[in-house]
Amino acid sequence: MVGGRLRRRSRDSGTASIAEALLWLGPALILIIGVVLYPAITLVATSFGRYSITGLRSGDAGVSNYVGFLTSPDLPRVVGNTGVWVVAVVVLTIATSLALAQFLSKSFFGRRFVRWAVIVPWAAALVISSQLFRLIYDYYHGILNQLLLALHVIRKPIDWLGDPHFTMISMVLVGVFVSIPFTAYLFVAGLNGIPADVYEAARIDGGRPWQIYRQITLPLLRPAILIGVVLNMIYVFNSFPIIWILNGSNPGFGNDTMITYMYKLAFRSAQHDVGLSAAAGVFNVIVILIAVAVYLRFVNWRESSDA
Amino acid sequence: MTITAIPRRTLRGWKSHRRWVMPLAGLAVIVFFVAPYVVMLLDALRPSGEVLATPPTFFPKTWTADAFVQVVSDPAFQNWLKTSLIVALSATAIVIVVAIPAAYFTARFRFRGRVLFLGLVVVTQMFAPTSLVVGIYREFYDLGLINTYTALILTDAAFNIAFALWILQGFFAAIPKDIEGAAALDGCGRVGTMFRIMLPLTLPGVVTAVTFTFIAAWNEYVVALTLIQDDALKPLTVGISSYVTAYQQNWAQLFAASLIAIVPVVILFALIEKHLVGGLTAGAIK
Repeated sequence: MVGGRLRRRSRDSGTASIAEALLWLGPALILIIGVVLYPAITLVATSFGRYSITGLRSGDAGVSNYVGFLTSPDLPRVVGNTGVWVVAVVVLTIATSLALAQFLSKSFFGRRFVRWAVIVPWAAALVISSQLFRLIYDYYHGILNQLLLALHVIRKPIDWLGDPHFTMISMVLVGVFVSIPFTAYLFVAGLNGIPADVYEAARIDGGRPWQIYRQITLPLLRPAILIGVVLNMIYVFNSFPIIWILNGSNPGFGNDTMITYMYKLAFRSAQHDVGLSAAAGVFNVIVILIAVAVYLRFVNWRESSDA
Repeated sequence: MTITAIPRRTLRGWKSHRRWVMPLAGLAVIVFFVAPYVVMLLDALRPSGEVLATPPTFFPKTWTADAFVQVVSDPAFQNWLKTSLIVALSATAIVIVVAIPAAYFTARFRFRGRVLFLGLVVVTQMFAPTSLVVGIYREFYDLGLINTYTALILTDAAFNIAFALWILQGFFAAIPKDIEGAAALDGCGRVGTMFRIMLPLTLPGVVTAVTFTFIAAWNEYVVALTLIQDDALKPLTVGISSYVTAYQQNWAQLFAASLIAIVPVVILFALIEKHLVGGLTAGAIK
Protein backbone atom coordinates (compact mmCIF):
# COMPACT_ATOMS: atom_id res chain seq x y z
CA MET A 1 0.00 0.00 0.00
CA VAL A 2 2.69 2.36 1.05
CA GLY A 3 4.86 1.14 -1.81
CA GLY A 4 2.08 1.79 -4.25
CA ARG A 5 1.61 5.29 -3.02
CA LEU A 6 5.30 5.98 -3.21
CA ARG A 7 5.50 4.74 -6.77
CA ARG A 8 2.59 6.95 -7.67
CA ARG A 9 4.28 9.93 -6.09
CA SER A 10 7.39 9.43 -8.13
CA ARG A 11 5.38 9.30 -11.32
CA ASP A 12 3.54 12.42 -10.33
CA SER A 13 6.76 14.32 -10.69
CA GLY A 14 6.06 14.55 -14.38
CA THR A 15 6.15 11.60 -16.74
CA ALA A 16 3.48 9.11 -17.62
CA SER A 17 3.18 6.11 -19.91
CA ILE A 18 1.38 6.24 -23.22
CA ALA A 19 -1.19 3.79 -21.94
CA GLU A 20 -2.09 6.07 -19.09
CA ALA A 21 -2.10 9.08 -21.39
CA LEU A 22 -4.55 7.32 -23.69
CA LEU A 23 -6.85 6.71 -20.76
CA TRP A 24 -7.00 10.44 -19.97
CA LEU A 25 -6.91 11.77 -23.50
CA GLY A 26 -8.77 8.94 -25.21
CA PRO A 27 -12.28 10.42 -25.28
CA ALA A 28 -11.02 13.78 -26.57
CA LEU A 29 -8.89 11.99 -29.17
CA ILE A 30 -11.77 9.83 -30.36
CA LEU A 31 -14.00 12.87 -30.89
CA ILE A 32 -11.33 14.94 -32.60
CA ILE A 33 -10.25 12.08 -34.86
CA GLY A 34 -13.80 10.93 -35.55
CA VAL A 35 -15.52 14.24 -36.17
CA VAL A 36 -12.73 16.63 -37.18
CA LEU A 37 -9.95 14.61 -38.83
CA TYR A 38 -12.16 12.01 -40.46
CA PRO A 39 -14.31 14.60 -42.25
CA ALA A 40 -11.10 16.34 -43.31
CA ILE A 41 -9.90 13.07 -44.86
CA THR A 42 -13.34 12.47 -46.36
CA LEU A 43 -13.17 15.95 -47.83
CA VAL A 44 -9.87 15.16 -49.53
CA ALA A 45 -11.20 11.82 -50.79
CA THR A 46 -14.35 13.49 -52.07
CA SER A 47 -12.31 16.06 -53.95
CA PHE A 48 -10.87 13.28 -56.11
CA GLY A 49 -14.26 11.78 -56.93
CA ARG A 50 -16.96 12.37 -59.49
CA TYR A 51 -20.43 12.78 -58.07
CA SER A 52 -23.92 12.74 -59.51
CA ILE A 53 -26.24 15.65 -58.86
CA THR A 54 -27.84 13.66 -56.00
CA GLY A 55 -24.47 13.18 -54.32
CA LEU A 56 -23.74 9.56 -55.30
CA ARG A 57 -20.17 8.72 -56.23
CA SER A 58 -19.99 7.76 -59.86
CA GLY A 59 -16.26 7.27 -60.26
CA ASP A 60 -12.80 8.73 -59.89
CA ALA A 61 -12.16 12.21 -61.12
CA GLY A 62 -8.41 12.37 -60.65
CA VAL A 63 -7.38 15.99 -60.31
CA SER A 64 -10.10 17.25 -62.63
CA ASN A 65 -12.05 18.83 -59.73
CA TYR A 66 -8.98 20.84 -58.81
CA VAL A 67 -8.39 21.84 -62.40
CA GLY A 68 -12.04 22.82 -62.70
CA PHE A 69 -11.93 24.84 -59.50
CA LEU A 70 -8.63 26.59 -60.23
CA THR A 71 -9.61 27.51 -63.77
CA SER A 72 -13.10 28.66 -62.86
CA PRO A 73 -13.71 32.18 -64.22
CA ASP A 74 -15.28 33.17 -60.88
CA LEU A 75 -12.22 32.25 -58.83
CA PRO A 76 -10.14 35.47 -59.14
CA ARG A 77 -13.11 37.55 -58.09
CA VAL A 78 -13.88 35.26 -55.16
CA VAL A 79 -10.25 35.17 -53.99
CA GLY A 80 -10.08 38.97 -54.21
CA ASN A 81 -13.29 39.29 -52.20
CA THR A 82 -11.89 36.94 -49.57
CA GLY A 83 -8.71 38.99 -49.27
CA VAL A 84 -10.61 42.24 -48.88
CA TRP A 85 -13.05 40.66 -46.42
CA VAL A 86 -10.42 39.08 -44.15
CA VAL A 87 -7.92 41.93 -44.16
CA ALA A 88 -10.51 44.69 -43.72
CA VAL A 89 -12.44 42.96 -40.95
CA VAL A 90 -9.35 41.82 -39.02
CA VAL A 91 -7.50 45.14 -39.23
CA LEU A 92 -10.53 47.25 -38.30
CA THR A 93 -11.48 44.83 -35.52
CA ILE A 94 -8.02 44.81 -33.95
CA ALA A 95 -7.64 48.61 -34.11
CA THR A 96 -11.10 49.32 -32.67
CA SER A 97 -10.77 46.64 -30.02
CA LEU A 98 -7.44 48.02 -28.82
CA ALA A 99 -9.04 51.40 -28.20
CA LEU A 100 -12.16 49.92 -26.68
CA ALA A 101 -10.17 47.62 -24.38
CA GLN A 102 -8.13 50.58 -23.17
CA PHE A 103 -11.37 52.36 -22.35
CA LEU A 104 -13.00 49.34 -20.69
CA SER A 105 -10.00 48.74 -18.45
CA LYS A 106 -10.31 52.20 -16.88
CA SER A 107 -12.63 52.48 -13.92
CA PHE A 108 -15.54 54.89 -14.21
CA PHE A 109 -19.17 55.16 -13.25
CA GLY A 110 -21.31 52.68 -15.18
CA ARG A 111 -18.45 50.61 -16.57
CA ARG A 112 -20.25 47.40 -15.73
CA PHE A 113 -23.15 48.39 -18.01
CA VAL A 114 -20.78 49.26 -20.82
CA ARG A 115 -19.15 45.84 -20.54
CA TRP A 116 -22.55 44.15 -20.60
CA ALA A 117 -23.55 46.13 -23.68
CA VAL A 118 -20.39 45.09 -25.51
CA ILE A 119 -21.29 41.45 -24.86
CA VAL A 120 -24.60 41.65 -26.73
CA PRO A 121 -23.37 41.28 -30.35
CA TRP A 122 -21.11 38.45 -29.16
CA ALA A 123 -23.96 36.58 -27.50
CA ALA A 124 -26.33 36.96 -30.44
CA ALA A 125 -25.98 34.24 -33.07
CA LEU A 126 -24.26 35.52 -36.21
CA VAL A 127 -27.19 34.42 -38.30
CA ILE A 128 -29.55 36.48 -36.14
CA SER A 129 -27.41 39.61 -36.29
CA SER A 130 -27.09 39.11 -40.04
CA GLN A 131 -30.87 38.95 -40.48
CA LEU A 132 -31.18 42.06 -38.37
CA PHE A 133 -28.68 44.00 -40.47
CA ARG A 134 -30.36 42.76 -43.65
CA LEU A 135 -33.40 44.75 -42.56
CA ILE A 136 -31.46 47.71 -41.16
CA TYR A 137 -29.61 48.03 -44.50
CA ASP A 138 -32.77 47.55 -46.58
CA TYR A 139 -33.19 50.11 -49.34
CA TYR A 140 -36.89 50.76 -48.76
CA HIS A 141 -37.61 49.62 -45.21
CA GLY A 142 -34.24 50.00 -43.51
CA ILE A 143 -33.74 52.42 -40.66
CA LEU A 144 -30.15 53.22 -41.69
CA ASN A 145 -31.07 55.16 -44.83
CA GLN A 146 -33.80 56.91 -42.88
CA LEU A 147 -31.34 57.94 -40.18
CA LEU A 148 -28.64 59.13 -42.58
CA LEU A 149 -31.21 61.08 -44.61
CA ALA A 150 -32.51 62.76 -41.48
CA LEU A 151 -28.96 63.68 -40.45
CA HIS A 152 -28.27 64.96 -44.00
CA VAL A 153 -25.31 62.62 -44.34
CA ILE A 154 -26.71 61.29 -47.61
CA ARG A 155 -29.10 62.97 -50.06
CA LYS A 156 -30.81 59.92 -51.44
CA PRO A 157 -31.14 56.41 -50.07
CA ILE A 158 -28.33 53.92 -50.75
CA ASP A 159 -28.93 50.34 -51.76
CA TRP A 160 -26.41 49.03 -49.22
CA LEU A 161 -26.75 45.37 -50.08
CA GLY A 162 -27.69 45.57 -53.76
CA ASP A 163 -25.32 48.22 -55.08
CA PRO A 164 -22.01 46.48 -55.89
CA HIS A 165 -20.09 49.51 -54.61
CA PHE A 166 -21.53 49.14 -51.14
CA THR A 167 -22.21 45.43 -50.61
CA MET A 168 -18.72 44.49 -49.43
CA ILE A 169 -18.36 47.59 -47.23
CA SER A 170 -21.72 46.87 -45.62
CA MET A 171 -20.75 43.28 -44.92
CA VAL A 172 -17.33 44.27 -43.58
CA LEU A 173 -18.94 46.69 -41.10
CA VAL A 174 -21.17 43.92 -39.75
CA GLY A 175 -18.16 41.62 -39.58
CA VAL A 176 -16.25 44.17 -37.53
CA PHE A 177 -19.26 44.87 -35.33
CA VAL A 178 -19.65 41.23 -34.30
CA SER A 179 -15.90 40.56 -33.99
CA ILE A 180 -15.11 43.47 -31.67
CA PRO A 181 -16.60 42.05 -28.44
CA PHE A 182 -14.49 38.90 -28.21
CA THR A 183 -11.37 40.73 -29.33
CA ALA A 184 -11.90 43.62 -26.92
CA TYR A 185 -12.41 41.20 -24.04
CA LEU A 186 -9.26 39.36 -25.02
CA PHE A 187 -7.34 42.65 -24.91
CA VAL A 188 -8.91 43.67 -21.59
CA ALA A 189 -7.63 40.36 -20.23
CA GLY A 190 -4.21 41.20 -21.63
CA LEU A 191 -4.25 44.69 -20.14
CA ASN A 192 -5.25 43.31 -16.74
CA GLY A 193 -2.20 41.07 -16.91
CA ILE A 194 0.17 44.03 -17.06
CA PRO A 195 1.36 44.84 -13.52
CA ALA A 196 0.45 48.33 -12.32
CA ASP A 197 3.99 49.07 -11.10
CA VAL A 198 5.27 48.92 -14.67
CA TYR A 199 3.14 51.95 -15.47
CA GLU A 200 4.11 53.58 -12.23
CA ALA A 201 7.77 53.23 -13.09
CA ALA A 202 7.21 54.60 -16.60
CA ARG A 203 5.41 57.62 -15.22
CA ILE A 204 8.14 58.31 -12.70
CA ASP A 205 10.60 58.18 -15.59
CA GLY A 206 8.61 60.95 -17.19
CA GLY A 207 6.76 59.01 -19.90
CA ARG A 208 3.92 60.79 -21.64
CA PRO A 209 0.68 58.81 -22.01
CA TRP A 210 1.15 58.10 -25.73
CA GLN A 211 4.80 57.16 -25.17
CA ILE A 212 3.82 54.83 -22.35
CA TYR A 213 1.18 53.24 -24.57
CA ARG A 214 3.59 52.75 -27.50
CA GLN A 215 6.57 51.61 -25.50
CA ILE A 216 5.05 49.78 -22.54
CA THR A 217 1.48 48.74 -23.17
CA LEU A 218 1.69 47.60 -26.79
CA PRO A 219 4.80 45.41 -26.36
CA LEU A 220 3.39 43.81 -23.21
CA LEU A 221 0.08 43.30 -24.98
CA ARG A 222 1.79 41.60 -27.90
CA PRO A 223 0.87 38.00 -27.01
CA ALA A 224 -2.79 39.01 -26.71
CA ILE A 225 -2.66 40.88 -30.01
CA LEU A 226 -1.06 37.91 -31.76
CA ILE A 227 -3.75 35.59 -30.47
CA GLY A 228 -6.43 38.12 -31.38
CA VAL A 229 -5.14 38.39 -34.94
CA VAL A 230 -4.75 34.65 -35.44
CA LEU A 231 -8.16 33.74 -34.02
CA ASN A 232 -9.86 36.52 -35.94
CA MET A 233 -8.13 35.47 -39.17
CA ILE A 234 -9.49 31.97 -38.67
CA TYR A 235 -12.98 33.08 -37.61
CA VAL A 236 -13.37 35.75 -40.28
CA PHE A 237 -12.03 33.59 -43.07
CA ASN A 238 -14.44 30.81 -42.10
CA SER A 239 -17.29 33.20 -41.46
CA PHE A 240 -20.40 32.11 -43.26
CA PRO A 241 -23.71 33.60 -42.07
CA ILE A 242 -22.95 37.30 -42.66
CA ILE A 243 -22.12 36.88 -46.34
CA TRP A 244 -24.65 34.12 -46.83
CA ILE A 245 -27.50 36.27 -45.59
CA LEU A 246 -26.52 39.86 -46.48
CA ASN A 247 -25.46 38.81 -49.97
CA GLY A 248 -28.31 36.31 -50.22
CA SER A 249 -30.42 38.20 -52.73
CA ASN A 250 -27.58 38.97 -55.16
CA PRO A 251 -27.19 36.54 -58.07
CA GLY A 252 -23.89 34.98 -59.10
CA PHE A 253 -20.67 35.02 -57.10
CA GLY A 254 -19.89 38.76 -57.28
CA ASN A 255 -19.63 39.22 -53.51
CA ASP A 256 -18.91 35.69 -52.36
CA THR A 257 -15.86 34.68 -50.35
CA MET A 258 -14.19 31.32 -50.81
CA ILE A 259 -16.32 29.85 -48.04
CA THR A 260 -19.75 30.83 -49.39
CA TYR A 261 -18.56 30.05 -52.94
CA MET A 262 -17.61 26.55 -51.83
CA TYR A 263 -20.96 26.09 -50.10
CA LYS A 264 -22.90 27.25 -53.14
CA LEU A 265 -21.01 24.83 -55.38
CA ALA A 266 -22.13 21.85 -53.32
CA PHE A 267 -25.54 22.78 -52.01
CA ARG A 268 -27.03 25.69 -53.92
CA SER A 269 -25.73 25.90 -57.47
CA ALA A 270 -27.53 24.27 -60.38
CA GLN A 271 -24.83 21.59 -60.64
CA HIS A 272 -24.72 20.52 -56.98
CA ASP A 273 -21.15 19.53 -57.70
CA VAL A 274 -19.92 17.86 -54.50
CA GLY A 275 -16.51 16.95 -55.93
CA LEU A 276 -15.81 20.47 -57.12
CA SER A 277 -16.94 21.90 -53.78
CA ALA A 278 -14.71 19.45 -51.89
CA ALA A 279 -11.73 20.60 -53.97
CA ALA A 280 -12.64 24.17 -52.99
CA GLY A 281 -12.86 23.06 -49.34
CA VAL A 282 -9.39 21.49 -49.42
CA PHE A 283 -8.09 24.65 -51.05
CA ASN A 284 -9.69 26.74 -48.27
CA VAL A 285 -8.15 24.67 -45.49
CA ILE A 286 -4.72 24.96 -47.10
CA VAL A 287 -5.11 28.71 -47.60
CA ILE A 288 -5.99 29.38 -43.94
CA LEU A 289 -3.17 27.13 -42.68
CA ILE A 290 -0.69 28.97 -44.89
CA ALA A 291 -2.08 32.39 -43.98
CA VAL A 292 -1.73 31.72 -40.26
CA ALA A 293 1.74 30.24 -40.70
CA VAL A 294 2.89 33.20 -42.77
CA TYR A 295 1.50 35.64 -40.24
CA LEU A 296 3.19 33.89 -37.32
CA ARG A 297 6.42 33.78 -39.30
CA PHE A 298 6.09 37.44 -40.17
CA VAL A 299 5.59 38.57 -36.58
CA ASN A 300 8.23 36.20 -35.31
CA TRP A 301 6.12 34.11 -33.00
CA ARG A 302 8.99 32.56 -31.05
CA GLU A 303 10.60 35.78 -30.05
CA SER A 304 7.33 37.16 -28.75
CA SER A 305 6.29 34.02 -26.90
CA ASP A 306 9.54 34.14 -25.01
CA ALA A 307 8.97 37.76 -24.09
CA MET B 1 4.41 62.65 -7.04
CA THR B 2 4.13 60.26 -9.93
CA ILE B 3 2.88 62.81 -12.36
CA THR B 4 5.84 65.08 -12.89
CA ALA B 5 5.82 64.82 -16.67
CA ILE B 6 2.27 65.93 -17.27
CA PRO B 7 1.65 69.68 -17.11
CA ARG B 8 -0.31 70.46 -14.04
CA ARG B 9 -3.08 72.44 -15.68
CA THR B 10 -4.00 69.79 -18.26
CA LEU B 11 -4.08 67.21 -15.57
CA ARG B 12 -6.34 69.17 -13.30
CA GLY B 13 -8.61 69.90 -16.26
CA TRP B 14 -8.81 66.24 -17.22
CA LYS B 15 -9.36 65.18 -13.63
CA SER B 16 -12.38 67.38 -13.17
CA HIS B 17 -13.79 66.50 -16.60
CA ARG B 18 -13.04 62.82 -16.34
CA ARG B 19 -15.89 62.30 -13.91
CA TRP B 20 -18.47 63.01 -16.56
CA VAL B 21 -16.55 62.46 -19.81
CA MET B 22 -15.90 58.80 -19.13
CA PRO B 23 -19.50 57.82 -18.31
CA LEU B 24 -20.70 59.81 -21.34
CA ALA B 25 -18.25 58.00 -23.59
CA GLY B 26 -19.48 54.81 -21.96
CA LEU B 27 -23.04 55.72 -22.85
CA ALA B 28 -22.00 56.25 -26.47
CA VAL B 29 -20.41 52.80 -26.51
CA ILE B 30 -23.57 51.27 -25.05
CA VAL B 31 -25.73 52.93 -27.69
CA PHE B 32 -23.39 51.81 -30.47
CA PHE B 33 -23.46 48.14 -29.49
CA VAL B 34 -27.07 47.86 -28.36
CA ALA B 35 -28.85 50.14 -30.87
CA PRO B 36 -29.27 47.47 -33.58
CA TYR B 37 -30.86 45.14 -31.06
CA VAL B 38 -33.16 47.92 -29.88
CA VAL B 39 -34.27 48.21 -33.51
CA MET B 40 -34.89 44.48 -33.37
CA LEU B 41 -36.98 44.78 -30.21
CA LEU B 42 -39.02 47.69 -31.56
CA ASP B 43 -39.66 45.76 -34.79
CA ALA B 44 -40.79 42.75 -32.78
CA LEU B 45 -43.27 44.97 -30.93
CA ARG B 46 -45.23 46.07 -34.01
CA PRO B 47 -47.44 44.27 -36.52
CA SER B 48 -45.39 42.44 -39.16
CA GLY B 49 -46.85 44.61 -41.92
CA GLU B 50 -45.63 47.75 -40.25
CA VAL B 51 -42.02 46.52 -40.21
CA LEU B 52 -42.04 46.89 -43.97
CA ALA B 53 -43.53 50.37 -43.99
CA THR B 54 -41.91 52.98 -46.23
CA PRO B 55 -40.49 55.16 -44.82
CA PRO B 56 -39.75 53.14 -41.67
CA THR B 57 -40.32 54.70 -38.26
CA PHE B 58 -38.11 54.12 -35.26
CA PHE B 59 -40.96 53.61 -32.80
CA PRO B 60 -43.95 51.40 -33.64
CA LYS B 61 -47.14 53.20 -34.65
CA THR B 62 -49.08 50.34 -33.15
CA TRP B 63 -47.51 48.68 -30.11
CA THR B 64 -48.31 44.99 -29.86
CA ALA B 65 -46.76 41.88 -28.34
CA ASP B 66 -48.64 39.63 -30.79
CA ALA B 67 -45.45 38.44 -32.43
CA PHE B 68 -44.13 37.10 -29.13
CA VAL B 69 -47.42 35.35 -28.40
CA GLN B 70 -47.54 33.83 -31.88
CA VAL B 71 -43.96 32.64 -31.72
CA VAL B 72 -44.21 31.09 -28.27
CA SER B 73 -47.40 29.23 -29.18
CA ASP B 74 -46.01 28.11 -32.55
CA PRO B 75 -45.31 24.35 -32.38
CA ALA B 76 -42.54 24.75 -34.96
CA PHE B 77 -40.78 27.29 -32.75
CA GLN B 78 -41.15 25.00 -29.75
CA ASN B 79 -39.46 22.22 -31.71
CA TRP B 80 -36.57 24.45 -32.74
CA LEU B 81 -36.11 25.63 -29.16
CA LYS B 82 -36.12 22.01 -28.00
CA THR B 83 -33.45 21.07 -30.55
CA SER B 84 -31.26 24.01 -29.58
CA LEU B 85 -31.52 23.16 -25.89
CA ILE B 86 -30.85 19.44 -26.35
CA VAL B 87 -27.97 19.97 -28.75
CA ALA B 88 -26.26 22.79 -26.87
CA LEU B 89 -26.60 21.15 -23.43
CA SER B 90 -25.44 17.73 -24.64
CA ALA B 91 -22.50 19.13 -26.57
CA THR B 92 -21.44 21.21 -23.57
CA ALA B 93 -21.67 18.22 -21.24
CA ILE B 94 -19.56 16.11 -23.60
CA VAL B 95 -16.92 18.82 -24.03
CA ILE B 96 -16.53 19.28 -20.29
CA VAL B 97 -16.36 15.58 -19.50
CA VAL B 98 -13.83 15.02 -22.26
CA ALA B 99 -11.74 18.18 -22.03
CA ILE B 100 -11.16 18.36 -18.26
CA PRO B 101 -9.17 15.12 -17.95
CA ALA B 102 -7.28 15.86 -21.14
CA ALA B 103 -6.44 19.41 -20.04
CA TYR B 104 -5.37 18.28 -16.57
CA PHE B 105 -3.21 15.51 -17.91
CA THR B 106 -1.45 17.52 -20.61
CA ALA B 107 -0.85 20.39 -18.18
CA ARG B 108 0.73 18.14 -15.61
CA PHE B 109 2.49 15.26 -17.26
CA ARG B 110 5.09 14.64 -19.91
CA PHE B 111 4.48 11.62 -22.05
CA ARG B 112 5.37 10.41 -25.53
CA GLY B 113 2.97 11.89 -28.04
CA ARG B 114 2.16 14.94 -25.92
CA VAL B 115 3.44 17.37 -28.53
CA LEU B 116 1.60 15.46 -31.24
CA PHE B 117 -1.63 15.66 -29.25
CA LEU B 118 -1.30 19.38 -28.60
CA GLY B 119 -0.46 19.93 -32.26
CA LEU B 120 -3.61 18.06 -33.19
CA VAL B 121 -5.61 20.35 -30.92
CA VAL B 122 -4.13 23.49 -32.47
CA VAL B 123 -4.91 22.23 -35.96
CA THR B 124 -8.48 21.46 -34.88
CA GLN B 125 -8.78 25.06 -33.82
CA MET B 126 -8.01 26.11 -37.38
CA PHE B 127 -10.46 23.66 -38.97
CA ALA B 128 -13.80 25.34 -38.75
CA PRO B 129 -16.84 23.19 -39.47
CA THR B 130 -17.56 25.57 -42.33
CA SER B 131 -14.59 24.63 -44.46
CA LEU B 132 -15.07 20.92 -43.73
CA VAL B 133 -18.82 20.96 -44.15
CA VAL B 134 -18.77 18.83 -47.31
CA GLY B 135 -16.68 16.20 -45.51
CA ILE B 136 -18.92 16.34 -42.44
CA TYR B 137 -21.97 15.92 -44.64
CA ARG B 138 -20.44 12.89 -46.42
CA GLU B 139 -19.49 11.26 -43.11
CA PHE B 140 -22.89 11.60 -41.48
CA TYR B 141 -24.59 10.70 -44.75
CA ASP B 142 -22.62 7.43 -44.82
CA LEU B 143 -23.43 6.83 -41.15
CA GLY B 144 -27.13 7.46 -41.77
CA LEU B 145 -27.12 10.32 -39.27
CA ILE B 146 -28.50 13.08 -41.48
CA ASN B 147 -31.49 14.64 -39.69
CA THR B 148 -30.44 13.56 -36.20
CA TYR B 149 -29.56 15.39 -33.00
CA THR B 150 -26.58 13.04 -32.67
CA ALA B 151 -24.86 14.49 -35.72
CA LEU B 152 -25.20 18.05 -34.42
CA ILE B 153 -24.17 17.14 -30.87
CA LEU B 154 -21.05 15.29 -32.03
CA THR B 155 -19.99 18.08 -34.38
CA ASP B 156 -20.55 20.85 -31.86
CA ALA B 157 -18.69 18.88 -29.18
CA ALA B 158 -15.73 17.90 -31.35
CA PHE B 159 -15.09 21.36 -32.76
CA ASN B 160 -15.24 23.03 -29.37
CA ILE B 161 -12.90 20.69 -27.52
CA ALA B 162 -9.85 22.60 -28.71
CA PHE B 163 -10.89 25.93 -27.22
CA ALA B 164 -12.09 24.40 -23.94
CA LEU B 165 -8.91 22.40 -23.61
CA TRP B 166 -6.82 25.45 -24.27
CA ILE B 167 -8.55 27.53 -21.59
CA LEU B 168 -8.61 24.73 -19.00
CA GLN B 169 -5.00 23.83 -19.58
CA GLY B 170 -3.94 27.37 -18.74
CA PHE B 171 -5.79 27.11 -15.44
CA PHE B 172 -4.41 23.71 -14.52
CA ALA B 173 -0.88 24.79 -15.38
CA ALA B 174 -1.21 27.85 -13.13
CA ILE B 175 -1.85 25.77 -9.99
CA PRO B 176 1.34 25.21 -7.99
CA LYS B 177 2.60 21.64 -8.09
CA ASP B 178 3.08 21.55 -4.30
CA ILE B 179 -0.66 21.42 -3.83
CA GLU B 180 -0.82 18.12 -5.66
CA GLY B 181 2.20 16.86 -3.80
CA ALA B 182 0.42 17.53 -0.54
CA ALA B 183 -2.70 15.82 -1.85
CA ALA B 184 -0.68 12.79 -2.90
CA LEU B 185 0.94 12.62 0.55
CA ASP B 186 -2.52 12.63 2.03
CA GLY B 187 -3.33 9.60 -0.06
CA CYS B 188 -5.17 11.17 -2.96
CA GLY B 189 -4.89 9.35 -6.28
CA ARG B 190 -4.68 11.17 -9.60
CA VAL B 191 -8.40 11.07 -10.17
CA GLY B 192 -9.07 12.18 -6.60
CA THR B 193 -6.53 14.98 -6.89
CA MET B 194 -8.15 16.21 -10.07
CA PHE B 195 -11.68 16.19 -8.71
CA ARG B 196 -11.11 17.23 -5.10
CA ILE B 197 -8.18 19.60 -5.38
CA MET B 198 -7.68 20.83 -8.92
CA LEU B 199 -11.23 21.21 -10.16
CA PRO B 200 -12.39 23.61 -7.42
CA LEU B 201 -9.33 25.75 -8.05
CA THR B 202 -10.00 25.90 -11.76
CA LEU B 203 -13.71 26.63 -11.47
CA PRO B 204 -13.46 30.00 -13.28
CA GLY B 205 -11.82 28.20 -16.19
CA VAL B 206 -14.51 25.54 -16.21
CA VAL B 207 -17.21 28.23 -16.16
CA THR B 208 -15.57 29.99 -19.09
CA ALA B 209 -15.19 26.77 -21.06
CA VAL B 210 -18.81 25.79 -20.37
CA THR B 211 -20.11 29.18 -21.45
CA PHE B 212 -18.05 29.34 -24.62
CA THR B 213 -19.05 25.85 -25.66
CA PHE B 214 -22.71 26.37 -24.89
CA ILE B 215 -22.85 29.60 -26.82
CA ALA B 216 -20.93 28.20 -29.78
CA ALA B 217 -23.32 25.26 -29.95
CA TRP B 218 -26.40 27.42 -29.35
CA ASN B 219 -25.39 29.76 -32.18
CA GLU B 220 -24.10 27.16 -34.65
CA TYR B 221 -25.57 27.59 -38.09
CA VAL B 222 -23.84 26.11 -41.09
CA VAL B 223 -23.67 22.46 -39.98
CA ALA B 224 -27.30 22.46 -38.89
CA LEU B 225 -28.29 24.17 -42.13
CA THR B 226 -26.62 21.36 -44.03
CA LEU B 227 -27.37 18.26 -41.95
CA ILE B 228 -30.96 18.95 -40.88
CA GLN B 229 -33.60 19.06 -43.56
CA ASP B 230 -36.53 17.96 -41.39
CA ASP B 231 -38.16 21.18 -40.21
CA ALA B 232 -39.14 19.74 -36.82
CA LEU B 233 -35.53 18.87 -36.01
CA LYS B 234 -33.95 22.22 -36.92
CA PRO B 235 -32.34 24.31 -34.19
CA LEU B 236 -33.42 27.92 -33.61
CA THR B 237 -30.71 29.47 -35.75
CA VAL B 238 -31.85 27.60 -38.86
CA GLY B 239 -35.54 27.34 -38.06
CA ILE B 240 -36.34 30.97 -37.44
CA SER B 241 -35.13 31.97 -40.90
CA SER B 242 -38.33 30.42 -42.26
CA TYR B 243 -40.30 33.34 -40.78
CA VAL B 244 -38.87 35.46 -43.57
CA THR B 245 -38.72 33.82 -46.98
CA ALA B 246 -39.54 34.81 -50.52
CA TYR B 247 -43.14 33.79 -49.85
CA GLN B 248 -43.85 35.25 -46.43
CA GLN B 249 -42.22 38.09 -44.55
CA ASN B 250 -43.01 37.81 -40.86
CA TRP B 251 -40.23 40.06 -39.64
CA ALA B 252 -41.92 40.69 -36.29
CA GLN B 253 -42.04 36.95 -35.59
CA LEU B 254 -38.47 36.49 -36.77
CA PHE B 255 -37.26 39.17 -34.38
CA ALA B 256 -39.43 38.03 -31.48
CA ALA B 257 -38.00 34.53 -31.90
CA SER B 258 -34.49 35.97 -32.25
CA LEU B 259 -34.83 37.89 -29.00
CA ILE B 260 -36.02 34.78 -27.21
CA ALA B 261 -32.89 33.06 -28.49
CA ILE B 262 -30.55 35.91 -27.57
CA VAL B 263 -31.72 36.91 -24.09
CA PRO B 264 -30.69 33.74 -22.19
CA VAL B 265 -27.24 33.92 -23.72
CA VAL B 266 -26.76 37.59 -22.85
CA ILE B 267 -27.77 36.84 -19.26
CA LEU B 268 -25.43 33.86 -19.14
CA PHE B 269 -22.58 36.00 -20.44
CA ALA B 270 -23.35 38.90 -18.11
CA LEU B 271 -23.36 36.56 -15.11
CA ILE B 272 -19.88 35.28 -15.84
CA GLU B 273 -18.51 38.57 -17.14
CA LYS B 274 -15.81 38.66 -14.47
CA HIS B 275 -14.75 35.08 -15.16
CA LEU B 276 -14.81 35.81 -18.85
CA VAL B 277 -11.90 38.18 -18.54
CA GLY B 278 -10.06 35.97 -16.06
CA GLY B 279 -10.81 32.86 -18.08
CA LEU B 280 -9.39 34.31 -21.24
CA THR B 281 -6.32 35.55 -19.41
CA ALA B 282 -5.25 32.22 -18.02
CA GLY B 283 -5.87 30.33 -21.20
CA ALA B 284 -4.93 32.83 -23.82
CA ILE B 285 -2.27 35.06 -22.40
CA LYS B 286 0.58 33.13 -21.08
